[in-house]
Amino acid sequence: MSDTPQAGPAGPDTQTLTPEQTPVAPPSRGRRRKKEGKPASLWTDAWHDLRRRPMFIFSLVLIAILLIMSFWPSLFTSINPMDARTCDLASARQGPSAGHIFGRDNLGCDVYARTIYGASNSILIGVSTTIITGIVGGLLGLIAGARGGLTDTVSSRVTEVFFAIPQILGALLITATFRDKGLGIWIVVIALSVLAWPMTFRIMRAAVITARSQDFVVAARALGASQSRVMFGHLLPNAIAPVIVVATINLGGFIAAEAALSFLGVGVQSPDISWGLMIADARSRFLEAPLPLVFPAVFLSITVLAFIMMGDAVRDALDPKLR
Amino acid sequence: MATQGERILEVRDLVKHFPLTQGIMFKKQIGAIKAVDGVSFELNKGETLGIVGESGCGKSTLAKVLMALERPTSGSVVINGRDMAKAKGSELKRMRRNIQMVMQDPYTSLNPRMTVGDIVGEPFEIHTEVAPKGDRRRKVQELLEVVGLNPDHINRYPHQFSGGQRQRIGIARGLALQPEIIVCDEPVSALDVSIQAQVINLLERLQNEFGLAYIFIAHDLSVVRHISDRVAVMYLGKMVELGKDLEIYDRPAHPYTQALLSAVPVPDPEGRESRERIILQGDPPSPANPPSGCRFRTRCWKAQEICATEEPLLQIRPGTAHLSACHFAETHDVVHAG
Amino acid sequence: MSKTSLRTSPAEGGLGDEPLLAVEDLHVEFATRAGVVRAVNGVSYSLNPGETLAVLGESGSGKSVTAQAIMGILDMPPARIPKGEIRFRGTDLLKLSDEARTQVRGQRISMIFQDALSALNPVFTVGWQISEMFRVHRGMSKRDAMAKAVELMDRVRIPAAKQRIHDYPHQFSGGMRQRIMIAMSIALDPEVLIADEPTTALDVTVQAQIMELLAELQRESNMGLILITHDLGVVADVADKIAVMYAGRIVENAPVYDIYRAPAHPYTKGLLESIPRVDLKGQELYAIKGLPPNLLDMPTGCAFHPRCPYRQDNCVTDAPPLYGISGARNSACHYWREVLDGDPR
Repeated sequence: MSDTPQAGPAGPDTQTLTPEQTPVAPPSRGRRRKKEGKPASLWTDAWHDLRRRPMFIFSLVLIAILLIMSFWPSLFTSINPMDARTCDLASARQGPSAGHIFGRDNLGCDVYARTIYGASNSILIGVSTTIITGIVGGLLGLIAGARGGLTDTVSSRVTEVFFAIPQILGALLITATFRDKGLGIWIVVIALSVLAWPMTFRIMRAAVITARSQDFVVAARALGASQSRVMFGHLLPNAIAPVIVVATINLGGFIAAEAALSFLGVGVQSPDISWGLMIADARSRFLEAPLPLVFPAVFLSITVLAFIMMGDAVRDALDPKLR
Repeated sequence: MATQGERILEVRDLVKHFPLTQGIMFKKQIGAIKAVDGVSFELNKGETLGIVGESGCGKSTLAKVLMALERPTSGSVVINGRDMAKAKGSELKRMRRNIQMVMQDPYTSLNPRMTVGDIVGEPFEIHTEVAPKGDRRRKVQELLEVVGLNPDHINRYPHQFSGGQRQRIGIARGLALQPEIIVCDEPVSALDVSIQAQVINLLERLQNEFGLAYIFIAHDLSVVRHISDRVAVMYLGKMVELGKDLEIYDRPAHPYTQALLSAVPVPDPEGRESRERIILQGDPPSPANPPSGCRFRTRCWKAQEICATEEPLLQIRPGTAHLSACHFAETHDVVHAG
Repeated sequence: MSKTSLRTSPAEGGLGDEPLLAVEDLHVEFATRAGVVRAVNGVSYSLNPGETLAVLGESGSGKSVTAQAIMGILDMPPARIPKGEIRFRGTDLLKLSDEARTQVRGQRISMIFQDALSALNPVFTVGWQISEMFRVHRGMSKRDAMAKAVELMDRVRIPAAKQRIHDYPHQFSGGMRQRIMIAMSIALDPEVLIADEPTTALDVTVQAQIMELLAELQRESNMGLILITHDLGVVADVADKIAVMYAGRIVENAPVYDIYRAPAHPYTKGLLESIPRVDLKGQELYAIKGLPPNLLDMPTGCAFHPRCPYRQDNCVTDAPPLYGISGARNSACHYWREVLDGDPR
């Protein structure tokens, strides 16, 4: 597909330029295809395409570092910020020094170590919310799009109700109501998932409806394929690409939303660490000591940006129109 | 070709109306698109029935109803003595083994995420009783060979094939369950001219080899003529003429058939100035609101008062040897005239 | 180049031997990720006033790309014209400034497309779109331009033009939309009209209406018509002469009667023989074997040789030039004599 000499500019006359499995295969295909049994599918083509995108490689490296950081923070710092003994109130807001390269915060704790450990909660919340909204919204979208009729009408109206809720207000309401139930950071995941699943639902539903009208779905039905076979064998594989793209971009958004909620005091609670919480704590003394705020903010921005860049690159690679 | 074979399909008074609704939550029916409106015909083993007509005449809806992809509003589709239009669940599934289809667009009719082996093998996955699991791969390869594709290409994806080859894959899928009837809905119209002949030859070869009966829906009259034993002409949801290929092409009785035949450009410039051309005025009326009486009367040069009040039935008319639905049916050879 | 020569009106004539439009050794290539696609490879044809030239070919033959090059509507890049001339009344359009080119496009050479619905803007009324031609190019007032638009819609036989002028494109049927496109393209009395598969998307009875309309308009205005199509029937009906294209080249070039009577290139011959004929019912159709070539990986020598029943060894190595056969006939086949004689394969 990436080696399709695209018809786009050449107009309709060049349609048959699509890779012909002619007796003589074009050289570019031959190189790509290692052997007969391993043909190119959309995903392998997309992967070949992605590998050549600097933006994708850059975001991939960033995300890899962030993931390692959140799973094994001790690889990056020997200080455990959860241990109160590492903090020293006397040296609060101290600037960068040899052992504390980002300096110390209001309570005299190491900003670098806290920033590293903060990645873990941010990533956990982002990934969990993405998975939950992906499964819930995706599955409901698949069913609504595939069945149509009353199922579709009812579920679409329900999502519209959710869309009408102002996002941050809704999240504030949920987290504020359930903050004392001992759910820890999961309260943030629940709040974000409840509000965000309709977005996944809509994208999946639209993609399924597009796929549903294609002839190969009609052909499967004519063969007597069951509803679940049509849904999972034909519709899902052809509709999942846009959902994956949006999920990747949303992941960045969830991390930002978590920071916002924590900043407002209803998200992650002390002693858990989160970038939003760190920004909130550092805000009051920002003018005297800007660094405890700047470092988590920079990490937050880079993380969100990395996921959005990744989503963009994946979208370009999966969009057949661009190839 | 055996036209005398036993009857395997009998369609009686088939009607398909699509309701036109208004409102989002509480739908109110405000009318209906009369896509197919009382169509009857039968099909014998090993025979090809061509169905021609222009867009909106209901030929594609007819195909969908025959395939039980749409439930008819009324009427019956009897295959080997059982009414497919009323069959449900496992009975319907079993009946589907006997009637399969080849679709128009080879680019959208194959799932791009599946390999050729999976596509052609899917019928066996659905109807597991047809072939034991261990046999399927070999069967798929046999099918690929039958339609003229390299059986080693079983692991390739559809986009690696050209349009004509994809159409062969679609045909292989249709053959997998060894049906007696194949509905071909414009099977060559999306293909390049030089490829069309290859696919038509393949369809004819398969018919002889497996004794298939075809319902061949197309707008290309010369292709239909080549492949069909009998031809039906449709206009606005009705059959207006039905007969043997020679009767339809050389002795058309319905004015619409005559206009249709005369409008087809003849690939031979000799005598083009003197050729008879019946140019119809205007467009076909909407199937949501067809004219009373004869549906063709608004564009017909023979129309009289009776055409507006009385619907002409599809029957053998004086001076003709085949079925036509016109009060003033009269054979007239438009192709060879002039 | 002189702008004045471009302004010559058809009445003044003064063409001499120069045809109205002449394409000379045109090459068009596209830069793609997989490499350079040579879509048009040395195409030459000419058109005189009042004449109908049919350009026949399958998808990928380069027939539409050539037309887009004449119109100057190719996106460059990725397209590139490394070589060739497109002379309109003696002036090479490829050497004109963008501004001068715009003066030619749509006014003196215009084009209609296969898909009329996507060629019309869905958010403006058809009257507005037709009258725009007069407002922009002729500086007419809104009122006068609208009156002209009604006149044009009458001319292309749209019933109740006066009432329908305020309708939007989607309110018209496919045939009527194609008429609207034709109205727009003839609005400024062009000398050349290029019709790219104008009836492919239409039903046969509507196709007959449109082809009749085009022929009538041509008779009235004596414009040259280039009809791009893959339909051998349409060509036989209306064309004066034919250029058959295959893999970016013209393989045969002839007056219409000659080509149908006795084709001089195996590809043309194959196409004609693969049409189902009454007297051959029940028999296998003749089919050109194999597939159209991949433009990224063209066969050596003659591009048709892998599919050709007349192939000899030199076809694989030497690309045939356009051999002159007689008068206006040419064939790009080393063995055109054998093909003409209808040698048994």
